[in-house]
Amino acid sequence: MELTGAEILVQCLKEEGVEYLFGYPGGAVLHIYDALYKQEDVKHILVRHEQAATHAADGYARSTGKPGAVLVTSGPGATNAVTGIATAYMDSIPMVVITGQVPTSLIGNDAFQECDSIGITRPIVKHNFLVKDISDLAETIKKAFYVATTGRPGPVVVDVPKDVTGATAKYSYPKEIKMRSYNPVTKGHIGQIKKAVELILSAKKPMIYSGGGVILGEGSGQLIEFAQSLGYPVTNTLMGLGAYPATDKQFVGMLGMHGTYEANMGMHHCDVLIAIGARFDDRVTGNLEKFCPDAKIVHVDVDPASIAKTVKVDVPIVGEVAVVLDALIKQIGLSESKVDTSALEIWWQQIDVWRAQDCLKFDTESDKIKPQAAIKKVYELTKGDAYVTSDVGQHQMWAAQYYPFDKPRRWINSGGLGTMGFGLPAAMGVQLAHPGHSVVCITGESSIQMCIQELATCLQYGLPIKILNLNNGFMGMVRQWQEFFYDKRYSQSVMSVLPDFVALVESYGHVGIRVEKPEDLDAALDAAFNQHKDRLVFLDVITDPDENVYPMVPAGAGLNEMVLV
Amino acid sequence: MQHIVSILMENESGALSRVAGLFSARGYNIESLTVAPTDDSSLSRMTLVTSGTDDIVEQILKQLNKLVDVIKLVDLTESPHIEREMMLIKVEAVGESRAEVKRLVDIFRGNIIDVTDTTYTVELTGPGERLDAFLQSLSSISIHEVVRSGAMGISRGEKVLGL
Repeated sequence: MELTGAEILVQCLKEEGVEYLFGYPGGAVLHIYDALYKQEDVKHILVRHEQAATHAADGYARSTGKPGAVLVTSGPGATNAVTGIATAYMDSIPMVVITGQVPTSLIGNDAFQECDSIGITRPIVKHNFLVKDISDLAETIKKAFYVATTGRPGPVVVDVPKDVTGATAKYSYPKEIKMRSYNPVTKGHIGQIKKAVELILSAKKPMIYSGGGVILGEGSGQLIEFAQSLGYPVTNTLMGLGAYPATDKQFVGMLGMHGTYEANMGMHHCDVLIAIGARFDDRVTGNLEKFCPDAKIVHVDVDPASIAKTVKVDVPIVGEVAVVLDALIKQIGLSESKVDTSALEIWWQQIDVWRAQDCLKFDTESDKIKPQAAIKKVYELTKGDAYVTSDVGQHQMWAAQYYPFDKPRRWINSGGLGTMGFGLPAAMGVQLAHPGHSVVCITGESSIQMCIQELATCLQYGLPIKILNLNNGFMGMVRQWQEFFYDKRYSQSVMSVLPDFVALVESYGHVGIRVEKPEDLDAALDAAFNQHKDRLVFLDVITDPDENVYPMVPAGAGLNEMVLV
Repeated sequence: MQHIVSILMENESGALSRVAGLFSARGYNIESLTVAPTDDSSLSRMTLVTSGTDDIVEQILKQLNKLVDVIKLVDLTESPHIEREMMLIKVEAVGESRAEVKRLVDIFRGNIIDVTDTTYTVELTGPGERLDAFLQSLSSISIHEVVRSGAMGISRGEKVLGL
């Protein structure tokens, strides 16, 4: 059967099971939009800015585990998508981004809306392809989804010139794809697994440090089984929250710059560190010279380049997290060594002493709204079962600290790139993937303005997202650093001009509620989550502008050198 | 320490820039880089000379391996290998220096491949060090132009970097 390139492209997306294609039309993709118009399987979501298309696809991917799909035009369409592609890249999110390109005959001629999309996106994608010939199109799309979703996942860009989508060719979709240059490792080396188990069982002060890789690799069930069979304490990174149930007694909280005292002290004093699907990011390790000084380290990761990148490890295991954890669990059963329960008991007593510091306590008597309290109320109201997206800054850290996640894929935030503007569009992707489920976007007055145009998209598709705007009139995290390290010179971090958010969201057709006093919070949340269940509600919550995120590991310090309050 | 990394990769447009981009993005050194298709036109063979501590070189090898276009690679410096580089050099050749250049070229087993009344163009192949030594020996001669290919390498013995 002869199809146009545009039809082939849409057909390929169907074959890949793409439910939603987030995009924005333009000259170079008009053929594709025409092909989309003639079918109903792939539902197109029209965003208001291409950055939001990538974040929405990203949110969809993070909350489902399925790859996100994006379609943008050439030139500015592609460059606007760059921030979202980089965001997905830093957090290893599977995504396929189709960028239109000027016709092949014009490439390199500085044509209208031309840019070198392949060159621009090269450092922020797992891989990218330029399709110069229609006969390569279907196979390239297959490869794109294959590369994006296997191994360490990541975004893949496919740049498709307009003449390729206009040409016709015979269509057949490859059932399988093999690439001689790309063969991700799945199973861990059995020798390494045996070594790891002996080390793990020899521990007197163990710590399990797990990251986003456990969520991406669908290894949460295995992590729980592994940790509970050992009885060892577990800490999660910002990206790993939810992989281990936060309300379980073995969970010691998030670690790192704004992690809990018990998690960071536990890291610092442990003798065996079991790192699973985590990459020893600088926000996690603090000063590398002071990191885990007494620990032997086991590191499980699907990406060999993540191992020994910043921290030397004793037993590296390359493989898929779930597969390796299964093998570790099995090997623990086979091993003659056993957990040193008496040493473990002493270790837990020590951890409980650190825990008793209650490092996340905050003033509950204040006459101003404390952001922590607002998040705790959202937690209670949603019974801890909402999908929570966030932007970047203080509110992000508070959400991570005060909304304990018991399930993976519930906490959706830009951890690696730290992209302000991520939260609202990501929530759109999450809500589309999970209709009927509570989706909350925890944001701040500065972040929300970076993609606020998406309120229109939310109305168009009837997305009843609840936006908790923690409005302290500052770029809070910038203000916090300026307070601590720049002698309170609040250079350009004051949001002195803000819109009337209630009027703004109402003009977009949504419900806006301003909350200024702690005693009004309950009623406002009830209105958002119960009375206006089916509508987008924007809660503009005026919070205490002096509140800071604690505890904190200052830059250059070790994890044991936290500032508590 | 200097490392010679030999890379077998898909002969796709943009493959070279992925490697070059990786080095600039991550702040690694590239001392030289040569690339050309092999007997199988779908494959490119690249030789890259880099330097760094063992930790950095380990990361370089891992990051290169992670590139989707890279099929295989080897750090040639880890085992016996042969390194060759070609240099083309145009020097002044007048008066006494004309004979002197000829003598030096013979000593270094190079070839004079082009001649004018005032210049010689010399071709010299060998390990980089030999090319350096030749350049040093020309210290009293006026050099007009130097073109070096960058190193290429291959393992000694039966070891093969192939599919």
